[in-house]
Amino acid sequence: MEFYRSHVLVCGGSPCVAAGCRAVRVEIERLVREQGLDREVRVVETGCLGPCDQGPIVVVYPEGTVYHRVNMGAAREIVAEHLVKGRPVTRLQYAGELPSVSTADDKRTDYFQIQKRIVLENVGLIDPESIEEYIARDGYLALGTALTNLRPADVIETVKRSGLRGRGGAAFPSGAKLEFTARTESDQKYIICNADEGEPGTFKDRLILEGDPHKVIEGMIIMGYAVGATHGYIYIRGEYYISIERIERAIRQARWLGLLGANLFGSGFNFDIEVKKGAGAYVCGEETALIESIEGKRGIPRRKPPYPGTSGLWGKPTVVNNVETIANIPPIILNGADWYRGFGTSTSPGTKVFTLTGNVNNRGLIEVPMGITLREVIYGIGGGIPDGRSFKMAQTGGTAGGCLAEAHLDMPMDYESMQSAGSALGSGALLIIDDSHCIVDVACSLLHFFAHESCGQCTPCREGTTRLVQIFDKLRQFRATQADLDLAMELATVMLRSSLCALGQSVVVPLGTIMQHFEGEIQAHLHGKCSVGLCHGACDCAEGRPAENV
Amino acid sequence: MTAVPGAACQCDSDFLSQVERIASMYRGKPEDLVLALHDVQALRNYLPREALRVVARVLDVPESRVYGVATFYSMFSTKPRGRHIIRICESAPCHVMGAKEVIDSLLDQLGVEMGGTTADCLFTVEATSCLGVCGVAPALMIDDEVYGNLVPGDLFEILERYK
Ligand SMILES: Cc1cc2nc3c(=O)[nH]c(=O)nc-3n(C[C@H](O)[C@H](O)[C@H](O)COP(=O)(O)O)c2cc1C
Ligand code: FES
Repeated sequence: MEFYRSHVLVCGGSPCVAAGCRAVRVEIERLVREQGLDREVRVVETGCLGPCDQGPIVVVYPEGTVYHRVNMGAAREIVAEHLVKGRPVTRLQYAGELPSVSTADDKRTDYFQIQKRIVLENVGLIDPESIEEYIARDGYLALGTALTNLRPADVIETVKRSGLRGRGGAAFPSGAKLEFTARTESDQKYIICNADEGEPGTFKDRLILEGDPHKVIEGMIIMGYAVGATHGYIYIRGEYYISIERIERAIRQARWLGLLGANLFGSGFNFDIEVKKGAGAYVCGEETALIESIEGKRGIPRRKPPYPGTSGLWGKPTVVNNVETIANIPPIILNGADWYRGFGTSTSPGTKVFTLTGNVNNRGLIEVPMGITLREVIYGIGGGIPDGRSFKMAQTGGTAGGCLAEAHLDMPMDYESMQSAGSALGSGALLIIDDSHCIVDVACSLLHFFAHESCGQCTPCREGTTRLVQIFDKLRQFRATQADLDLAMELATVMLRSSLCALGQSVVVPLGTIMQHFEGEIQAHLHGKCSVGLCHGACDCAEGRPAENV
Repeated sequence: MTAVPGAACQCDSDFLSQVERIASMYRGKPEDLVLALHDVQALRNYLPREALRVVARVLDVPESRVYGVATFYSMFSTKPRGRHIIRICESAPCHVMGAKEVIDSLLDQLGVEMGGTTADCLFTVEATSCLGVCGVAPALMIDDEVYGNLVPGDLFEILERYK
């Protein structure tokens, strides 16, 4: 292995790519060569480092200096000053700290204390295109341990005892899911990794796949061993070009080293993985719609039961898990259930990856122990609300999650507390909205999403979402009555009871919490008043297009 | 939607034989229909009816099912589209960060309505749900390239790169 005096990590997560990190990396590489430093300095494109709105992010080791918003000029300065002369460019340095970055003189602040990285332990730290770097950080050790020292039942027992619950939205106990499929007799079983990630405000799965693809592969193989499946699929949204590229490369590398394929670790266990691309449909994230899509059909949900655990892909027992859930498996197997239970709360153990978006100073990817409060996230890690504005609401768990008001800021974020407030942790989306926004406008945006993404198969969801958009457009135009609002809640309740899948069933969650926690503001719109001054009597046609979009 | 000039007669035999060649890679694998359509669409940015017929024949699945799949997924289009597809996000996280102004400005600069194609067939603009880059909202994608932290003033320069 070659020895380098400095490592330059350029974040290659999609948000940084959007900010132009590729050109910056190429420029740094060129300058390093030009200076004749290419034997001393290694430039690596890594996964996401967290503060996405600060990109492109560049970190120089061993000092652990973090540079943000690096443009071409800054790149030149960093090479000339820091790499050539050894003088960090203070002016370009990022003031916040990154949990993944260890500095030479480690004096950590609150910001780091709050975050705890299990799923993201390698993201931003290793070169995601190098299987060697993953292995050097104990990669595939959990798999080796499982295949050589543990029986499938032991693996399931460990996952059960860890208390891990599904991170894709429904929070189903992961160990129980494995056990269910393990007990079902069948000649063929499947593991599916759900990387369809369409929940607005969520981009964690993308950044996990981009930053540490091997962890997901390792998790899937261990799950396959646990239930007796030999084939896995990763279903990725078609728009996630970089994730697809990275995971396909990682699969090829794993096959090359014999970590995928036949007779893994000499155990006689075979496992291989195939990537399937989506083509743009939110509903395909629903596990049975996803299975339909893998089978090459329209992605419309199946009636449940039977659940995929007994009859899934091609009618065979299938475990469907979210990317983040799967990425938790290797660390749990490696360190044990008790270790995992040492994080989070007794009823919601472990950590949760959140994506912080909207009106906060630091937007991006974070991983925190379960049970942390919303206030700690928004005002600690998030750095508060920008532009002197104040907090109005937070929507947790994506569009299908609840809208919480100021009164909920000190509530712990775990499964139970969220549920008691009528919301959910869901996919880990945290959308923060300040007081310059009108709740009716927010509701219109959310309802428009449901109407747009309803697959049209079942009547309650198809018609219900359309009608709700119409009612809230009326409210925005000050034309709605109390009877309209009552009808809206009734519709949402009927949809909860009678929709075929959770898309239609969950509309009541955001709607109900908005009606409950922001009643005064909603009521004011019945009387022609919008406290923010955003809604007017006249039709806002660019937004209010109920029929044509469905 | 603005019509694309000459679109109706794009299915020359040369094009259809390319479709046939691509579809053949998925022969015997009807479950890969979605992947086959992705590849076929890459030729012309949309899926003409004749192309769907070829795919149906080669993969040996009913044409109705191919059509059903081609019209279900938002990344597929059975109508002609421009050379570059602009997908602009209108989900809540982008909405609260000012997506509406960006969308209005984009449509204005291109002189099209949402879903429309510019007169020179260079761009088609489509509204989409979350693109998964909300950390840099508001965002859009042009083909496979993501642009984030947008303000209306950024658009001109971005569009120029594709002209
Ligand atoms: C409309 C809809 C969309 C969904 N989208 C996703 C998604 O993008 N990713 C995901 O992991 N789960 C999604 N789910 C949840 C899945 O159906 C399923 O519960 C999950 O993949 C199970 O994995 P887990 O136990 O690891 O959470 C969605 C559910 C519904 C109803
Ligand atoms: S909401 Fe626009 S990219 Fe996610």
